Amino acid sequence: MLVNEVINAKDLPVMEFDGIIVGGGGAGMRASLQLAESGLNTAVISKVFPTRSHTVSAQGGITCAIQSDDPDDDWRWHMFDTVKGSDYIGDQEAIEYMCSEGPKAVFELEHMGLPFSRTEEGRIYQRPFGGQSKDYGKGGQATRTCAAADRTGHSLLHTLYQANLKAGTNFLNEWFAVDMVLNTDGAVVGVIAFKIETGEIYYIKSKATVLATGGAGRIYASTTNALINSGDGIGMALRAGMPVQDIEMWQFHPTGIHGAGTLVTEGCRGEGGYLLNKDGERFMERYAPNAKDLASRDVVARSMALEILEGRGCGPNADHIFLRLDHLGPEVVHKRLPGITELSKTFAGVDPAVQPIPVVPTCHYMMGGIPTNINGQVITVQDGQDKVVDGLYAAGEVACVSVHGGNRLGGNSLLDLVVFGRAAGIYIEESMKQGVELKKASHEDIEKALERLNKLNASSEGEQVSALKERMQQNMQNNFGVFRTKDLMEKGIEDLSQVRDEVENMHLKDKSATFNTARIEALEMQNLFEVAEATAVTANSRKESRGAHSRDDYPDRDDENWLKHSIYFSENKEVSKRDVNYRPKTVQAFQPMVRSY
Amino acid sequence: MSQAIPVAQLKSVTMSIYRYDPTLDEKPYMQDIVIEVPTDKDIMVLDALHLAKDQEPSLSYRRSCREGVCGSDGMNINGKNGLACVTPLSEAVKRNKLTLRPMPGLPVVRDLIVDMKQFYDQLEKVKPYLITKSDNPETERTQSPEEREELDGLYECILCGCCSTSCPSFWWNPDKFLGPAALLQSWRFIADSRDEATEERLDALEDSFSLYRCHGIMNCVSVCPKGLNPTEAISNIRNKLITREK
Repeated sequence: MLVNEVINAKDLPVMEFDGIIVGGGGAGMRASLQLAESGLNTAVISKVFPTRSHTVSAQGGITCAIQSDDPDDDWRWHMFDTVKGSDYIGDQEAIEYMCSEGPKAVFELEHMGLPFSRTEEGRIYQRPFGGQSKDYGKGGQATRTCAAADRTGHSLLHTLYQANLKAGTNFLNEWFAVDMVLNTDGAVVGVIAFKIETGEIYYIKSKATVLATGGAGRIYASTTNALINSGDGIGMALRAGMPVQDIEMWQFHPTGIHGAGTLVTEGCRGEGGYLLNKDGERFMERYAPNAKDLASRDVVARSMALEILEGRGCGPNADHIFLRLDHLGPEVVHKRLPGITELSKTFAGVDPAVQPIPVVPTCHYMMGGIPTNINGQVITVQDGQDKVVDGLYAAGEVACVSVHGGNRLGGNSLLDLVVFGRAAGIYIEESMKQGVELKKASHEDIEKALERLNKLNASSEGEQVSALKERMQQNMQNNFGVFRTKDLMEKGIEDLSQVRDEVENMHLKDKSATFNTARIEALEMQNLFEVAEATAVTANSRKESRGAHSRDDYPDRDDENWLKHSIYFSENKEVSKRDVNYRPKTVQAFQPMVRSY
Repeated sequence: MSQAIPVAQLKSVTMSIYRYDPTLDEKPYMQDIVIEVPTDKDIMVLDALHLAKDQEPSLSYRRSCREGVCGSDGMNINGKNGLACVTPLSEAVKRNKLTLRPMPGLPVVRDLIVDMKQFYDQLEKVKPYLITKSDNPETERTQSPEEREELDGLYECILCGCCSTSCPSFWWNPDKFLGPAALLQSWRFIADSRDEATEERLDALEDSFSLYRCHGIMNCVSVCPKGLNPTEAISNIRNKLITREK
């Protein structure tokens, strides 16, 4: 059966696996590795060849207290920094788990062959990153981010792909997952997916489904994210009636290359680089007297945006900031930062060993996502109570476990994805040992997951994808950026609600079954739209400023009312609150404090 | 942040693009698509493709990171393989024309998309993963900075396929000659001080095709978008094969 036919559940061919992982980035392939090594029949469904996933673009490193640079480093200090960085809405049990399990997960990567840079002692090289401290914020800057030059994501992703080849994981490469299949008990029993090359479509059944589809930065016009980052897992979850958590929390990375949006790692500042305004002033000294350029990302991005708004931006349009590296000398720049040297030359026309790089805060990371527990099990909320969704897991950027809360620290995303990809794998492995039955779904259940495809196939008129996408991206960029105001957000929400109908009734002109990228882009657009609307509604509902969410009508953090996760369901577009976990298992919880750097 | 975007002057560029959808077209053809590009700033070939796709949504090509690190958009740009996302239009356009074809030597799936199966199959043959026999230590396996430096110029490969699909030896024997990309990966693991399978790796290459079909044409070196040198890696393996004691 082909993707461009009238597809019915009755005739749909079936594949069966113990575990399927939707997404072939770092989180997905760490989960699949765990399952494949335990002998389970495992498949990764990835819409691109796995090494094309966006993990490949991560540069600076993976933050973890492996005690290479500092033998006295302590995962509890890393935990403290992460809780503070999250602006106190990160779940402390999850952060404790990530920081304490981290070293094991990082050493495993090294054993798989990850080509980390090295110290003279032959250990893994670590560099300072933003928001890092020793001794619970009292001991100055820590040096905790493990790096493979400035190509850590590339190295990590390729290493995981290699390890999966060795372990015999089944790869369904260039397959697109359309929607999840849920049975009447609300259990997830697999997905509908098609092979992009030929258009062959299947119901892929599994005992466990892991969503590892990454982020959705493409809801914004300017983003560091790959073109494939369309929030597919978020779209699938919302359509299946599950919630997203803290989805209003979007990280704007301080240093995206002006005009191009491509990322320049925080490792540049870790290695000693700093930001300058048009007067040549190191303005971060004013905003963060202690950490300066290595304050956490939300703080640096806001400071940069203010400098530009107040007329101190660089360039003829005073619309960017300079990142200076030339004082480090060509040796450091070329050896420690070869990738950004290449990117700066290509996208900004400057050699950072000689000239400063023009940079601007750029959408980078989705802190929110599908709520899970530390085993990767997806959580929904019913009558104010948490409830595990049977058969469904999520890990990495698509998930909100939540270790990043309102603001993620640099280097914590790679740690998040290996630690929780691994944790989900371990939990699934254990539960399979105790016996998990393949659950049944009715034809009706399956039909629901085919709706979007059949509708696109039947379309004979309507808007084109590219026009709708541009409208949405401009809306999000202008109304839900670094600074947010009520009027603009309301305007943005109104515009989105006008567009929804058009997005659901787009015109797919090209009906070919063969590698039809127009069909993929239409399906992705619908996913992006779900993320955009969830972001917009939730942002307007959170009536305070916290982490990356900063609004002028509520400029302060409001712990009394909003020391909470936000929870959003798309069905009624309502936002509710969920408690933040303050119950770590082995240490005392860190209580909210004034957050200064 | 909103900013004033100056209205740029535009100029036309004619893109001549290889088109083929096997389910619709009897045979491949070249389609001319005229796009308007700004005169005051350079854009990349991939941006030009996006503009063409806005006009012709059925135009198909792979892309992901758009910054030269994922290796999706390898294609033949005015006769030379390269990544569309990091090739500036100003460098690529000749006489106001830009000709884009799929990478040569592999079957075409549709338009600019080739079937990479042979390429990946050859990669898998070199066992592109670290093989260790000794037990893993509690922490990391140590490696000196000098030992780690041996991997520079090797580990950065993005598997775009530009090298192998520009290699005449790979065109003739894509099933038997491993090709520059796979051989670069082979050397990446032989050169890794942590790997403990050098002998097996060398044994597997000791036939007349896998490695020795490389004739030093060096197309791989001239097209590699990451500036890597597969020919050198191949010659390093050769030396190792010749000098090893049996």
